[in-house]
Amino acid sequence: MTLTLDTIVWTDVGAVTDIPLRGARRVPTADGDIAIFRTGDGAVFALKDACPHKGGPLSQGIVHGRAVACPLHGWNIDLATGEPMGADHGKGCAPKVPLRVELGRLLLGRI
Amino acid sequence: MVKQKLVVIGNGMAGCRAVQEVLKRDPDRYEITIFGAEPRVNYDRIMLSPVLAGEKRFEDIIINDLSWYQDNNITLHAGRAVDAIDAQARQVRAGDITAPYDKLILATGSDPVRLPLPGIGLKGVVAFRDLDDVDAMVAAADAGGRAVVIGGGLLGIEAAYGLARRGMEATVVHLMDVLMERQLDPSAGHLLAEALGARGVETVLGAQSEEIVGRDGQVAGLRLKDGRTLPCELLVLAVGIRPNVALARAAGLEIGRGVVVDDAMRTSDPNIFAVGECVEHRGQIYGLVAPIWEMCKSLALGLTGGLGAYEGTVLSTRLKVSGVEVFSAGRFAGGEGCEDIVFRDAGRGVYKRLVIEEGRLAGAVLFGEAADGGWYFDLMRSGAAVSDMRETLIFGQAATEGLRGLDPSAAVAAMADDTEVCGCNGVCKGAIVAAVTGQGLNTLDAVKAVTKASASCGSCTPLVEKLLKLTLGDGFKTQAGPKPVCGCTHHGHEHARRAIVDLGLKSLHAVFQALEWTTPDGCASCRPALNYYLLCAWPGEYRDDKQSRFINERVHANIQKDGTYSVVPRMWGGMTSAAELRAIADVVDKFAIPSVKVTGGQRIDLLGVRKDDLPAVWSDLNAAGLVSGHAYAKGLRTVKTCVGSDWCRFGTQDSTGLGVRLEKFMWGSWTPAKLKLAVSGCPRNCAEATCKDIGVVCVDSGYEIHIGGAAGLHIQGTQLLTKAVGEREALWVICAATQLYREEGFYLERIYKWVDRVGLEHIRRHVEDEGLRQALYDRFAYSQRFSRIDPWAERVAGRDADEFNPLSRRMEFAPA
Ligand code: SRM
Ligand SMILES: Cc1cc2nc3c(=O)[nH]c(=O)nc-3n(C[C@H](O)[C@H](O)[C@H](O)COP(=O)(O)OP(=O)(O)OC[C@H]3O[C@@H](n4cnc5c(N)ncnc54)[C@H](O)[C@@H]3O)c2cc1C
Ligand code: SF4
Ligand code: FES
Repeated sequence: MTLTLDTIVWTDVGAVTDIPLRGARRVPTADGDIAIFRTGDGAVFALKDACPHKGGPLSQGIVHGRAVACPLHGWNIDLATGEPMGADHGKGCAPKVPLRVELGRLLLGRI
Repeated sequence: MVKQKLVVIGNGMAGCRAVQEVLKRDPDRYEITIFGAEPRVNYDRIMLSPVLAGEKRFEDIIINDLSWYQDNNITLHAGRAVDAIDAQARQVRAGDITAPYDKLILATGSDPVRLPLPGIGLKGVVAFRDLDDVDAMVAAADAGGRAVVIGGGLLGIEAAYGLARRGMEATVVHLMDVLMERQLDPSAGHLLAEALGARGVETVLGAQSEEIVGRDGQVAGLRLKDGRTLPCELLVLAVGIRPNVALARAAGLEIGRGVVVDDAMRTSDPNIFAVGECVEHRGQIYGLVAPIWEMCKSLALGLTGGLGAYEGTVLSTRLKVSGVEVFSAGRFAGGEGCEDIVFRDAGRGVYKRLVIEEGRLAGAVLFGEAADGGWYFDLMRSGAAVSDMRETLIFGQAATEGLRGLDPSAAVAAMADDTEVCGCNGVCKGAIVAAVTGQGLNTLDAVKAVTKASASCGSCTPLVEKLLKLTLGDGFKTQAGPKPVCGCTHHGHEHARRAIVDLGLKSLHAVFQALEWTTPDGCASCRPALNYYLLCAWPGEYRDDKQSRFINERVHANIQKDGTYSVVPRMWGGMTSAAELRAIADVVDKFAIPSVKVTGGQRIDLLGVRKDDLPAVWSDLNAAGLVSGHAYAKGLRTVKTCVGSDWCRFGTQDSTGLGVRLEKFMWGSWTPAKLKLAVSGCPRNCAEATCKDIGVVCVDSGYEIHIGGAAGLHIQGTQLLTKAVGEREALWVICAATQLYREEGFYLERIYKWVDRVGLEHIRRHVEDEGLRQALYDRFAYSQRFSRIDPWAERVAGRDADEFNPLSRRMEFAPA
């Protein structure tokens, strides 16, 4: 028997191209929405859809470079880390969610 | 010693290179036989593009002519396709020829993907793979006419360019929004489309092909999903390639996406090897020659007594279109800790972007000047640390190597006097320093004026400033120019607005390039501003970029603090009816909307609507004739009115009627910031017209038109702009003033700030001079032809549907 510590369950939630460039889509889950972002150059990232400031839905913000501007009060969140950038750096973070791309499909992980 | 028999299937790039590599190592080991389906010797397939373009002849691209086969005792069966491999008996068969082997090399390349489109079998539909295809295209081009190429990758673009060179009208149809999207970012893709346009190749992006239309068995056009048909006499398919594995599969070899090989290029049969595009190695298939050269080395090593160990290849791409330098390598869609360095030179049409990840170069996209591509590629492959050359890296190898290891100002000090600082105007360091010391210059502007350095694109501005600082020490004065739009640029709003109109810039990427933005795709501050400026400058032409809009304008509702939305239908001039109120009441019940509130703008706000419900809510409201109130828009919001002469004992004019008329004419217009109007029926001013952006106060003799009020963050009464005699004149004046504001206002600048900036007189002159007023009014009316459209109805009809639906609900059921 092999024992793995990696107990991530991967779920296919759609195609990469379902997300517009410089856009985001959300995936509802039992404990809140997950936001999946796609940058102008095609990279994808997944974060919990809640801004570290006051819980704003990041999936509704403007994606620029590798960041998203929160729709509520405009904090810029680094998509790769979930952390606020610039002056708001260090004030919490939007948790990252495991995401893989396989053959153009988006696989979201739950631990 | 009896020679072993080596048989090669495929007389292409990989097959012959493999043989060359074997011969190089051990010329006497094998008796070699090559089968090639093509009836010709080994040629350089990648040079078919210049052959198509008429820049080379077939003779120029032959790699190995007949004498090579003879000199090396190679038996060539050209024009002979192998039909079968008998792995048991170790022989291959091609028609009546049977050839036994000790070792077999499969190098069958790949086949062009044929789209399953109706009409694919028509005459005049060709692929782009071998010389026969080129001959067919050349013959078609000789007859003139139009060509459509499906596929905006390297191959499709080179095909279209070649056909255009031969006099055809060529159009590339691409499924994606960016040409060569796997190699280029949107900025470079945009430049490529422009460069192709200048060479007679049109591009149609984001277009899905639906059917190849024919006439008498001959292709006549391509119909797209959106209903358009592009007429053509030649249709080239360049939508991808598929490893040619038919023979290998029939022989029972292991097949994945290609013929599966190990690091020694061995297939699942120990005597059969495979190289080239037909191969799948470590899960990867390739479509470029660089990996093939490495595979062939590894294979030859194994076949001559060594141990080959191919480990995969990092790829780079160069486009072969004359005069268009394009280079791409590595990843430019980086992840954590990635950093972009962007350089743009609008004068020379150059765009360069480097992606640095953890102190190393991870990717590069070069457009317009790609000489340093090889150097960047080497840095990338060797994984060299580049942090210490960050400042100069983007300027290329020459600039960097000389300055390596120095801190930035020492680097500038160490630069030779004849090093070019400003590429646009060809100004070198020595000239700048001489001007600074000789003429006592102490500001950037002065240097610009005298030397022209940094006067064009400005990307050398930091370098020029460093030079100034270095030369003058504390005597250097930093500049206080117009405030930049944002951190992505040093240009102010005014300059950006003017450039869009003067240079005819019609897309975000055109602006980024022409004004040399320092980021690949702008930020949340500049993009909405530029999107508005483009929309205002080119109504009806510019396609709104929804990803550059704040959420409220993107989904046409106001986001609330809990992520729900509010919905505010228009009530023209504050008027409503029993039917409208009933429809609203029904919607509230049906969707269990928690709050209903009368707004300060004389209409009703439905608060707490779930995003998923928005289209359905709008649909019901639309059915009752209610449209979006744009309560979210940098655009016309409300026109407040009072009851006026209809009912009020003091009313002098029909203030309600004028308000309704204004709102019905002006709704849907986008403006730099929100725009609120009001019309009061007499100077008692019950509609509070004198604190609105534009307010009308009716008097016995006509209409007083006021402008520049504010009652929000800032309180300020309006100023009297002018008087109008009749309703029509009042409408003209208001629309003209609005248009002037639309054309001159900076994004997010409310009217009162704009009035303060440009002066009331300036505006008055424009609305009182009949010619100017008419022209402004006409431009407003023209723009309104594309704006008076209910965005709710469009969404109800399905536009941007993905915006409102979650990507997937599957996670809800996933085990927790
Ligand atoms: C709903 C409403 C309050 C109400 O319950 O009455 C309202 C609600 C909001 N106002 Fe307002 N304003 C409302 C009338 C006003 C008025 C009064 C008026 O229009 O006569 C003013 C002062 C007049 C003025 O604009 O100068 C007003 C001045 C502001 C300001 C300050 C603007 C300024 O430049 O000074 C903001 C902030 C902003 O826009 O940046 C603002 C922003 C907002 C926002 C959009 C805040 C936001 O960004 O989320 C609120 C959104 C509510 C929503 O989801 O619907 N609201 N707001 C009113 C909607 C009017 C309508 O029917 O469209
Ligand atoms: C127009 C064009 C431009 C290109 N430009 C570039 C570029 O700029 N840079 C780059 O790196 N790459 C480029 N490529 C790709 C490059 O040419 C290929 O990667 C390369 O040719 C693949 O080599 P190969 O030997 O695997 O396949 P091929 O060169 O296609 O050779 C396979 C040969 O096998 C023959 N064959 C197939 N089945 C049989 C059979 N049963 N019996 C006998 N013979 C058979 C075929 O007829 C063919 O001649 C370009 C390709 C094209 C078509
Ligand atoms: S006054 Fe402030 S809290 Fe009230 S609606 Fe306007 S923005 Fe919101
Ligand atoms: S909730 Fe995101 S910035 Fe306030």
